[in-house]
Amino acid sequence: MTSAVSILPSQRLAELKGAYRKAVVRKRLRFALAAALFFVALALAGVGAEVNLRTFFTHFGNFVSYFDRILKLDDGAWVWTNIGEWLWGWSKWLKLLGETLLISYVGTLIGAVFAFALNFLAAENTSPARWPCFIVRRLLEFARTVPSIVFALVFVIAFGLGPMAGVFAIAIHSTGALGKLFSEVVENADMKPVEGVRSTGASWVSCMRFAMLPQVIAGYASYALLRFEINVREASVMGFVGAGGIGQELVVAIRKFYYSDVSAILLAIIVTVFIIDIGTGWLRGRLFGKDARK
Amino acid sequence: MSQVPAPDLARLRARYPQIFDRPASARLATPAMVLLALGVFVFGLVDLDFSPTRFILGLRELGWITSMMLPPDPGSSFPVYLRALGETLSIALLGTTLAAVMALPISLLAARNIVPEVLRFPVRRLLDSIRGIDTLIWALVWINVVGLGPFAGVLAIAVSDFGAFGKLFSEAIEAADHREVEGIRASGGNALHEIRFGLMPQVLPVIAGQVLYFIESNTRSATIIGIVGAGGIGLQLAEQIRVLEWQKVSFLILMILVAVAAIDWISGRLRFAIIGRRAVA
Repeated sequence: MTSAVSILPSQRLAELKGAYRKAVVRKRLRFALAAALFFVALALAGVGAEVNLRTFFTHFGNFVSYFDRILKLDDGAWVWTNIGEWLWGWSKWLKLLGETLLISYVGTLIGAVFAFALNFLAAENTSPARWPCFIVRRLLEFARTVPSIVFALVFVIAFGLGPMAGVFAIAIHSTGALGKLFSEVVENADMKPVEGVRSTGASWVSCMRFAMLPQVIAGYASYALLRFEINVREASVMGFVGAGGIGQELVVAIRKFYYSDVSAILLAIIVTVFIIDIGTGWLRGRLFGKDARK
Repeated sequence: MSQVPAPDLARLRARYPQIFDRPASARLATPAMVLLALGVFVFGLVDLDFSPTRFILGLRELGWITSMMLPPDPGSSFPVYLRALGETLSIALLGTTLAAVMALPISLLAARNIVPEVLRFPVRRLLDSIRGIDTLIWALVWINVVGLGPFAGVLAIAVSDFGAFGKLFSEAIEAADHREVEGIRASGGNALHEIRFGLMPQVLPVIAGQVLYFIESNTRSATIIGIVGAGGIGLQLAEQIRVLEWQKVSFLILMILVAVAAIDWISGRLRFAIIGRRAVA
């Protein structure tokens, strides 16, 4: 049997091989250049961030033993040998966890309402004119680029210590994040129903209500639920700056070296985040079918 | 012109009962959910001590603060702030790189198509727990270990992103097409060849895109970990807010906005270069 692969004449072959080699060399050179640039940036960053490997290695034992320490009670026994002692403050912590959840819920809802009000203006295809689109987009950008904890720091001074500042901080950040996502949903929507409604002489508001909203409402709800999940995490640290929730208790425990309390509160936060993740995942699955689950 | 015959309502009703006579449970579901959501909202407002007077007083205070912020002015500390910004960018870059390097091997242990479920499940739960803890909390823990300063910030970002990367990478590996690996095997490649030529070309661009995206988002995270003492521009920001130097505060916020926009732009360009315009979305 003859070979199925026909072999090119050697001159042509050499030409092709040369071209291939050249292409590979060019690719490798580019890769090497990019890698070198990256390592230079990394070295510069190492200097900038005051990386000190000696401190790191001498104290790394502390990091590992930290988890050992937070898992031991004051008398040196493992925390799970005396659950009652470990979770001594459970009623207080549960109340604070509830407050954390409420902060993220109220904040997400306020943020979603504002995002809902603004997103039709921010979407290119539904904005009534160019300038509101531009202004609203810059506003949303500002709201989501400034971290929520910075808003919280300022609001704590304006509204006083307490959960109110945390709620507003989360609400503003959620407005920025959700406004962008909502307007993207609107931009991906089908414009033909809108034209249909407009052809009956309807106003802009009616167009949005009867042609756009039915298409996008499921996407909105899905994103809002996702945001709620994220906000639970954010609300758990709002207390670091005095804006309510469990964070206050945690930062005190860490700073004052109440080791077993740290592990108890962390456990409470992790379990809560798990439950919320699973719960919202289930809810999204129920509301929008399996596809919406992520 | 032909006339449209009047619809025979009775027949339509009989034909589509699920549209005309929806059961009460289906009709009431939406209002009930809305009512429940509103109820929880109102309960939240009461429980979190919202009061109109506090709200109005706070707004007035906020307006005053905003007016005090204008115009943004760094005073004489611009070089200090620039240094702090450099520190923030360094923290983001180093932390993300460290996290990616650590997460790559672990992600193999969390991928369904590489390891059995018995091993995958605990690794997944571990990654979930790490992700469940906020970066700020990790920063507090690391400050206890390596002391105050940006290095604690690097380690905090590295640990919390390690959880996120482990999950994302393992998902990218699980989503990889098996046929290419089979193709390599069919042409006589061994297991190492399969990973190098079958799996890596599919997975690496996805991973590179995610890492770049995280550098972007970590620039934001790195601006705030200074608030708990882990270095960077957040430290300056928190200090200036506490001493009510509002002009400096607004200047610092502007600096953060500009830096984030610049990093967004750069990493966007890089992502286009690595994975092509289509995949960035």
